[in-house]
Amino acid sequence: MADASKPAAPAPGETRLARNSQTVTVALAGNPNSGKTTIFNALTGSRQHVGNYPGVTVEKKVGVCRHRGVRLEIVDLPGTYSLTAYATDELVAREFVIDEHPGVVVDILDGSNLERNLFLAVQFMELGLPLVLVLNMSDLASARGYVFDLEQLSALLGGVPLIPAVGNRGQGIDKIRDAIVAVATGARHLRPVPITYGPEIDKEVDKLAAVLETEAERLAPRQPRWVALKLLENDRRIRERIEQVCESAAAVLAAADEAIAHLRRILGDEPEIVIADRRYGFISGACQETVRSTVEARHTRSDQIDAVITHPVLGLPIFLGLLYLVFWGTFSLGEYPMAAIDYAFQWLGQAVGGLWAAGSDSALRSLLVHGVIRGVGAVIVFLPNILILFLAIAVLEDSGYMARAAFIMDRWMHKIGLHGQSFIPMVIGFGCTIPAIMATRVLASRRDRLTTMLILPLMSCSARLPIYMMFTAAFFIEKWRGPVLWTMYVVGAAVAVLAAKLLKSTLLRGEAEPFVMELPPYRTPTVKGTLIHTWQRGWMYVRKAGTIILGVSILLWALTSYPKPHPRETEDLAAEGRQAAALEYSVAGRVGKAFEPVTRPLGFDWRVNTAMMGAFAAKEVFVAQMSIVYSLGDTDEAEAQPLQTALRSNYTPLQAIAIMIFSLLGFPCMATVAVMWTESGSWKWALLQWTGLTGLAYLAALLVYQIGSALGLAGG
Amino acid sequence: MTRFGHAGQPGAVSLASLPDGASAQLVTVAGGVGLRSRLAAMGLRAGVAIRVVHNGGRGPFVLAAGELRIVLGRGMARKVMVVPSGGPDHGRRE
Repeated sequence: MADASKPAAPAPGETRLARNSQTVTVALAGNPNSGKTTIFNALTGSRQHVGNYPGVTVEKKVGVCRHRGVRLEIVDLPGTYSLTAYATDELVAREFVIDEHPGVVVDILDGSNLERNLFLAVQFMELGLPLVLVLNMSDLASARGYVFDLEQLSALLGGVPLIPAVGNRGQGIDKIRDAIVAVATGARHLRPVPITYGPEIDKEVDKLAAVLETEAERLAPRQPRWVALKLLENDRRIRERIEQVCESAAAVLAAADEAIAHLRRILGDEPEIVIADRRYGFISGACQETVRSTVEARHTRSDQIDAVITHPVLGLPIFLGLLYLVFWGTFSLGEYPMAAIDYAFQWLGQAVGGLWAAGSDSALRSLLVHGVIRGVGAVIVFLPNILILFLAIAVLEDSGYMARAAFIMDRWMHKIGLHGQSFIPMVIGFGCTIPAIMATRVLASRRDRLTTMLILPLMSCSARLPIYMMFTAAFFIEKWRGPVLWTMYVVGAAVAVLAAKLLKSTLLRGEAEPFVMELPPYRTPTVKGTLIHTWQRGWMYVRKAGTIILGVSILLWALTSYPKPHPRETEDLAAEGRQAAALEYSVAGRVGKAFEPVTRPLGFDWRVNTAMMGAFAAKEVFVAQMSIVYSLGDTDEAEAQPLQTALRSNYTPLQAIAIMIFSLLGFPCMATVAVMWTESGSWKWALLQWTGLTGLAYLAALLVYQIGSALGLAGG
Repeated sequence: MTRFGHAGQPGAVSLASLPDGASAQLVTVAGGVGLRSRLAAMGLRAGVAIRVVHNGGRGPFVLAAGELRIVLGRGMARKVMVVPSGGPDHGRRE
C-alpha cells in the first residue's frame, strides 16, 4: 500500500506486535447498503478470495493488505442490522467475532442514518471488541446537511476511532488502516463504554452475570455480562450453548426465565424490546449534541427516481425492459469474443492433433484433442456471455434497483403466496442457482424460504445457456434464435410460478409472512466494484471448467472410448459405421443405450443420455459431452465436421426443443443438490427437489415431443 | 388486526389507514417479538417520525423515516400503530 513504505514513527505497541505476530485479522461489519463492499474493495484492492464460513454456505470474502509493516487480513462479514439469533446472516457475523477473535472489528456506518447504524456498533461494544468506526459516504451526509462533531462523538463512545471516509473515491482509506493498526497494537486505548439499560434491567444483568461467573471458563465469549444480557433477550443460540457447555445449565436457564418474567411484569413489555429501546436511548444521547441536521428533510433524488421506477403503471414495463436489455446484451455482445475463443480452441485442437501423424489412433491424442480441448473448449466458449450476464446482475444489485424490482413484483408474488423479497433470489438465479439459494436467507419465513429454494432451479441459470445456444445455433435461422431463447426463459419462470403456487397451497401452506425490506438510495455502481465482482464470477467459471468440467470430460471421454470393439467385428463396416459401432460398444454407449427405452419417448438417443448424465456434475458438461461424442472418431482434425452440422444431421428441431425443455426444468446439478441440502437442513428437501423437477421435466419433454410428433413437426 | 398488544395509546391508528404524504409518529408494532426486534434494528422503533411515501391501497407500502425508505407488506403496515401528526401539506419533519 502507498503508505507502507513511508517511514513512520512506530508507536510503542507497534514494535511489540511486529516482533510477535505480523498478521491482524480484521472483521468488516456494517448495515446492508452502508457501502461496506466499497470500503472492502478500497482496503484490499483485488487481493481477495471467496470462500465459505464453516458449516454454512454464506459466502466469506477475505482480502489482504499490508500497512506499516502489519499484514491485515480483512474478512467481509455479511451485512446486518443487528446481532440477534433470528437471521442466519446475523448469527454468522456474531459467531465469527466471538469464535475467531478478530484483532479489530471495523464497523461501517452510513452517515445519513447514523442512529440506526450505531445500533449495530453498540452491540459490538457490548461484546467488548476492539472497534474502529468508519463514517462512510461522509460527503453525501454533508451534502444532505448533516454536521458531525466526530471528536465529541468518539469520546462519548469510549474513545473509539471514528474515521470519515468516502469509499467509492478512496478517501480516508489510509486513515482507516492507521486506526486498525493503532487499535490492534494497543497504541489507541479504548475505554469500555458503560451502556445502561435502566436500573431494572441492569440489576437483572448483574444477578445473572453473578450466576454465570462460576461458568465463565466455559462461556464463549468469556463475558458473563454479555451472556446475561443475551439471556434476557431470550437469545435462542445462547440458550443452546449454555445447555451444551454449562454444568449448571438448568439453574442458569431457570434464573434467566425468572428474570425475564419479572422484567416483563414490571416493564410491561418483552425485555428484548426494552433493551433495544435502551440501546437507542444511549445512541440518541450520544448523537444529541454531536450530530446536527441543518437542512429540513426533503424529497431526495432517489425519491424522484422512485416516482418513475416504482410507478404503479410504469414500474412493470420498465422492469421487463431492463430484463430484456440484460439478456439482449448477454447474447449479442458476447458473439464476437465467443467467435475468437472458439477459433482459438479449434486452432489448439489442430495444433495438438498435428503432433501425431495423420490418421493416428493414439489414445493420448484422442484424450487431448477430443476429451480435453473439445470438452473444455465447448464450455469456455461461453465465458463472455456469462461475464456479461453476471456484470449486468451486479449492476442491478449495486445500483439499488433489485430492491425496487422486489417492490414492483410484490403484488404479483402475493398471488402465488410469496412476497416481493423472494423475487431477488429468482433474478440472481438467472446467473447461478447456488448464490440464489444463498440469497433466500433474507426471507424470515421458513415456508417461504423453502418454497423459493425449491423453485429456484427453474430460473434458467447461466450454465444452461450453452445448451440453448448450441441447439438454437444449429437448428434455427438467425431470426428465430432470439425468440426460442426467450421462450426457454419465460417457460422456466412460468413453471417456477406455477410450482410455487402449488407448493404454497399444498406442502408449504401458510399465510404470507410479514414483508419488510429497505429501499437503499440509488447509487452509481463503481467501476472497480463491478469489475471485481464480475472477475470473481468469471474466475469461478474458468476454475469450474478447469476442475470439475475437465475431470468429468476426461471421465466421459474414457467412458465413451472404452472398451473398444475387436477390430475384426467392425472390419466389414464403412468408416462411419465403424465409428458408430465403437461408440455404442463403449461403457457410455451401453449405459446410454440402456436408458433409451426410458428416454426414447422424449426423442433422446443414447448420446443425449450420456450427456444428460454428465450434466448432473455441471450443466455445461452437456455441451462438452455432445462435443466429445461427435468428435471422437474424427482422426483428421482439419476435416472434422463442425458440431452444428453433426447435430443437424442427427436430430430434428423438435428433438432439440425437447432436450432444451428437459435441461431447463429437470436434473438440478450436483452443487444445487448439495447447497439445497445444507441450506434446508435436510436431505429430504434436496431429494424432493431433484426428483420433483426431474419428473416434471420428463413429463414436459414427453408432452412436447409426442404432441409435436403427432402434429407432424418431427421433420421440422 | 385485532391484536394491539400493549399499544393502548389513545389516538393510535394503523399506518395502513394513512394517505400518501401523511406524517405520523410510530407508537408500536402489534407483532411478534422477532418482528419487532427486526423493525427496531432497521430503525423503526417507538417515537420515530415517519411519512407515508406510497400507499396504493393494495400491494406493498413505502414509508420514509429520515433518510430511510422502507417497504412493508400490507399486512405489516396494518400492524404498525401510529399517531398522525400532520397531513400531506404540513409538518414533513422527520
